[in-house]
This record gives sequence, C-alpha cells and structure tokens, in this order.
Amino acid sequence: MTSYRHHPDRIAALVQDDRVHRDLYLSEEIFALEQERLFANTWVFLGHASQVPEAGDFVTQEVAGRPLLMVRQPDGAVHVMYNRCAHKGTQLVTDESGNVGRFFRCPYHAWTYKLDGAPLGLPLKNGYEGTQLKACESGQGLSVVKHVKVYRDFVFVRLSDAGPSFEDYFGAVLGAIDNMVDRSPEGKLTVGGGVLRNIVRCNWKMYLENINDTVHPMSTHESATKAAEALWEGHAPTDPKPMAMEQILPFGSGYEFFDKMGGRVFTNGHSVLGVNFSIHSNYAQLPEYEAAMQAAHGAERAADILQRSPQNSVLYPSLSVKGSPQAIRVIRPLAADRTLIEAWSFRAAGAPALLFERAMSYNRLVFSPMSVVAHDDVHLFESIQQGLRAGGNEWVSLHRNFDAAELAQATITTNGTNELLMRNQFRAWAKAMASEVAA
Amino acid sequence: MTGDPRDFVAHEAALLDERRFDDWLALFADNGHYWVPLLGAAQADPFSHNSLAYEDRLLLQLRVDRLKNPRAHSQHPASHSQHVLQPSRIESETGDEVRLRTPFLYVEARGESQILLSGTARHHLAQTPSGWRIREKRLDLLNAGRALPAIQLFI
Ligand code: FES
Ligand SMILES: [Fe+2]
Repeated sequence: MTSYRHHPDRIAALVQDDRVHRDLYLSEEIFALEQERLFANTWVFLGHASQVPEAGDFVTQEVAGRPLLMVRQPDGAVHVMYNRCAHKGTQLVTDESGNVGRFFRCPYHAWTYKLDGAPLGLPLKNGYEGTQLKACESGQGLSVVKHVKVYRDFVFVRLSDAGPSFEDYFGAVLGAIDNMVDRSPEGKLTVGGGVLRNIVRCNWKMYLENINDTVHPMSTHESATKAAEALWEGHAPTDPKPMAMEQILPFGSGYEFFDKMGGRVFTNGHSVLGVNFSIHSNYAQLPEYEAAMQAAHGAERAADILQRSPQNSVLYPSLSVKGSPQAIRVIRPLAADRTLIEAWSFRAAGAPALLFERAMSYNRLVFSPMSVVAHDDVHLFESIQQGLRAGGNEWVSLHRNFDAAELAQATITTNGTNELLMRNQFRAWAKAMASEVAA
Repeated sequence: MTGDPRDFVAHEAALLDERRFDDWLALFADNGHYWVPLLGAAQADPFSHNSLAYEDRLLLQLRVDRLKNPRAHSQHPASHSQHVLQPSRIESETGDEVRLRTPFLYVEARGESQILLSGTARHHLAQTPSGWRIREKRLDLLNAGRALPAIQLFI
C-alpha cells in the first residue's frame, strides 16, 4: 500500500497530462487527504440563505467531515459555526434544521450560547471561580468558521485559514450563479420542494467528471431515450410536448449536438459545459415572463440571461449549477467509494410558477433515486468503482482532444466533447493535494 | 377483475413481483397516477413539494418500455422485488370509488445488494365495467427524504 501523506511527489504523479491513476478513486488515504487539503482549503458550498429565513433558524451540514451549523443572526447576517459544545463536544443541535429561539442551550450540561456562538451562561457558576476556564478555549464559546462568503444568498465556507479569497478562487464562473439568480426579475431565489438525496457507491470525482461528460448520453441513456422517442413518435415537431418529454427527449441528441454545444474551463477546476446551447435551450417560451425580465434588467441583459442555458456549470469541487431549469446538485463525499448527491430546486421571485415546476420535474425525472434516466449513470459509476480494482491497466484515459498548449492557458473555450473539462478538474485537484497545509 | 378491492391490491403487488409490468400498467385508469411523495405521509400534494416519483401513464409506459430494452444497463443483472403486505384496510367508500391503506415492506434485490423500504400504500380505486382501476397509487415511505440508493422497479 502506497503512503501518500508525506509524499507530495507521489500524489502529483497520480495526475498526468492526459490520464489519471486509479488510486485517485480507490485509496482511503487519498480520501482522508482530500478532506484535509482539498475540501478544507477551497470554497465549498454549504447551503442557501433561504433555508434560514428567521433569526434563530439553523441548518446542520457536514463539510470535509466536520459537523457545521449555519445560523441566521438577529441582525440578519448568516453565521457558520462548528456544531460542537465548548464544554465536552456535544452537538448543540441534531435536527437537520429548525429554530433555536434566542440562544443555544447544550442538551448535556446546559451551557448556553448566543446565536453568534458567544458564551452566555452555565449552571453552578461558582465552581469555575479561580479556574482557567475563561482563559481556555472552552470558555470562549463556540468555534466559528471565519471564512464565510454569502454570494447572492449562496453560502460558501473555507475551513482553513490558508487559501485563496472567494473571488480569486471562483472568478468568472460566478456568472453561473448570477445567471440563475437573475432569472428572477427580483433577483431573489428560495429553495423549494425539498432536496432529493441519492447514495451512490462510487468515488465523488467520477460523479463530477460525468457532469462534464457529453460522450456518454447516446450510449448510456439509450434505453430511456429510445423509449421516450418511441412514445413520442408520430407527433409533429411543433406539437406542444408534455414537460417530461421536453426534458427527456434531448438526452437522445447525437454526438454532433454535444460536440457543438461547446465548453469552457477556468482556473481552479471550474467549467461551463454548453456555452453555445444545451439540452435545456429549447424549453417553451414564456412571453409574459420575458417581458418582466426586460422590465427588470433591460432588453439586452434579459436576452443574454435567457439565451444562456448551459448544460452544467461546475463550481469545483462540490457544486453544479443549471440556470435553466433552476436546479443545483451538491456533491458530498462520504468515503472513497460512497458519495451523497443532492438535487435542489429553486423558486424565482417574480417568475411564473412554471419555472419552479420545471426545476422540480427535471430533478424528479433525472436526479431522483427513482429517476428513469439516472439508473444507468449510477450503475456505470458503481461499475467503474469495481472495474478499477482489476489489475493490468492502472490508468484512466482522459486523452480526448488533448493539446499540450492547454497546459499553459487558464481559460479555454473548446468543443463540447473535449475531455479537457475533466483534465482541468484533476489539475486543480493535484494543485490542492500537493500542499501539506491542513485546516 | 371485480369484487373485493382488498384482493385487487394484493393482485396488483403480485403482478409487480412477477415482473408482469404491462399487465400491471393496464390496471391504471387513463388519468391514473403513481406517486411517491418526498415528505411521505406528511405531504399534501405533488406540486408544492417535490416527489421521488410522480408519474402519469405516459411516464409509467416509458419506464416499462425502458425495462424491456436490452440496453437498460442498470438491469444487468436484473432487479427483482418482493412486496410483503399487511391486510388492506378500507379508508372510505363512495359510490364507485374506494380508498384503501396497506402497510408494506418492499425488498428490491439486484446482484449482491438488497434494499428494504417500508411504508403505507394508499390506493384510490374506481369501479369500471372491466373491474377496479387505479386513480392513484400513493406510497408513503418511512424516511422518504433520507438519502436512498437507486430504486429501479415499482414499489
Ligand atoms: S457538553 Fe455541552 S454543556 Fe456539557
Ligand atoms: Fe448521464
């Protein structure tokens, strides 16, 4: 068994220009190092501010294996703290979400904290007189996450003190969030309809690669698209399609369609797939909504927002955004061979209810544990996880359209079937993993 | 088939476990729906909150047809199901319609893995000249909102 922790050279050797080594997906040691170095040192999506509308509202969520707590403050700010009592470590709340009122009270020995984590009180106070408690960490209240960025209500955290600023880290790919939020004429989204949650027995990176993979739909999704096409046969191209058909049929588009949709990579692993058009481009027009968008944003910006409907935008390493339909996927790694995938839908203030229906319908059809489309993807990811254990070839090919010139460029626009979008993820991975900085 | 709607519910589950999906689909009324709410029993409707599945006959037909395609990759090996039903209880009867609840265990097995789900099936049936037809089959799962592995057949 290779040891990677103290050998940055061995980690770097796993990612070559046009291929990656199987240990990336199989090694539990690599997984532990990813939690420490990649997920702690980069900006990771935690949640959406609309999940905690009122003071005292909280949401619990793990990032990089650490239990966190997102809390709305009396002044309206959103704070993030470690979900750990300063006394002995009890989690202050164990519900997924709720409201704590005006302060936290630990269920174990009843120490209390203000909503921002500052210490409030504890029973039998006299017993602490003359002790070191006040000077110790335990007397300071809850540990807070210092690096929190609320970008248009999307809440991100960086757990480590080291690492790039939020703006430097994401750069131009933040346009994907802008595009989705600006689809609300009022510039406001709220999470709606709950979150669909899937457990997939594969490494998280396979799932993320597939978000940028346009060569697979033809072969992987053949059973679903052929069934849909046969059911829709005989209808004129202009016949109004049921929403489900509007959303499923484009999965059957040919290689040329996916190649021409185009892709773009950015530094730090981010990408946009479908810079020209995508399987979401041809949803029915909504004239009243378009008028509202023009009134809100001006004709030019409104047209720009509505015409751009990329297939997926990846905010590496854990968030994938679909501006239309208004949906995101969040990738939450659980182990080297186990990943939690969440699919969220949004309501856009001032937009017709149909947009929210589209988000829910798309998520249900494509990302539900009972999806008609995802079964084949999931089966293949789980198959890869097993197949890579085979000896012989230890490498995963990412050769498609490799060009040595890409190594020197930060932002590149290219064809939609170029595996550059995946190579770009792994280059960012190698950069983060080679550092020995731990949070 | 006419007669006791409780027998209909048992028959419907048996068709699924025997993988007689075309016969199963024929039990749905033209405007019938199959619904697995994401909030389980707490969910009021399929529109304000999302669902694990909310399908009309068109989508159910798509599912059934997909399973017949040899390139339904996730069905190599194929999944099999077993419904274990408690006796159905009639909730209400009005004219030609009846509503029943049936607590169940559902096992879906494929290769080395097996998943177990539990909950209550709620059938809304209507009497037609050719027997009972399903207006709605609603499945209230315990823990519907938790992370689940792929559920490939029909609960
Ligand atoms: S552990 Fe929280 S008060 Fe003791
Ligand atoms: Fe896919």
